[in-house]
Amino acid sequence: MTGVSVPVEVAPEIDEQIDEQVDIEPQRPWITLVWNDPINLMSYVTYVFMTYFKYSREKAEQLMRDVHYEGRAVVSAGSREEMERDVSAMHSYGLWATLQKDD
Amino acid sequence: MSYGFQRSATGRIVLRVDQVERGLLASVARQVIDLVKPEEQAADSDPLAAQFGWVDGEVGPSDDPAVARLLPDAYSDAADASEFRRFTEHDLRQTKVQHATTVLAEIERSGDKITVGSADSWLGTLNDARIAIGTRIHIAEDNHEELASLPEDDPRAGLFHVYDWLTFLQESLVRCLNPSLYGFSDDDIPVIDD
Repeated sequence: MTGVSVPVEVAPEIDEQIDEQVDIEPQRPWITLVWNDPINLMSYVTYVFMTYFKYSREKAEQLMRDVHYEGRAVVSAGSREEMERDVSAMHSYGLWATLQKDD
Repeated sequence: MSYGFQRSATGRIVLRVDQVERGLLASVARQVIDLVKPEEQAADSDPLAAQFGWVDGEVGPSDDPAVARLLPDAYSDAADASEFRRFTEHDLRQTKVQHATTVLAEIERSGDKITVGSADSWLGTLNDARIAIGTRIHIAEDNHEELASLPEDDPRAGLFHVYDWLTFLQESLVRCLNPSLYGFSDDDIPVIDD
């Protein structure tokens, strides 16, 4: 029995669309950050991003990798109220999330 | 041990367990409930505030590291975090309790084959339990082998075995829900009889 995560495969052709993952516009000045932790499974984090944000698998996996390897990722941007809703949802899934003004 | 969660011929997700595993899962769900259930309000508190869980004064994360990780601050600024917590923590606690209560009910009405009614509740409760146990035994990115080789009389050894099993179960459930995350197509996932 093992709890080791199966590595996710990366399709090389998706790199381009990843760069534009979350557009932060002036009228969307707040962001939701998800932070790395040693407990949440990579597959589960991806599943949450796909289920809650309706992101594609490619985008969700890229965000998951950003969380895992960079320590955090901006997963959404919008009004303060919208980001508070997203952070609450992430907490209910057990992800470690915060919101802040995008400076 | 078991195969974890599996898909059945009629499209359900089922988990075959023995008596020990079934009891352990029920115990895990009860412990999640005990850990996160809303705190009792004082008898003289504002009844409206009590109903919605509003709290007076500044409130920070729990002193219990496991609870603090399950109910984390939403802002790095302490005053903002406190304000947000005052109005949302009660709901977050209730959501987690509802998930674990659903899981417990599904275990209790099943025998050695548990049929998943609410996959979200199972995912949430398995994850909350892993967070609680993982925090207690100080899981880090690089200490799994160390924890796996602890002597049996170390109190962390048993907890790590449970943690490892819950991890296996959660992986198997995510795989049932979305095989593509493991590089599988739907047809690659074995289907068992109902």
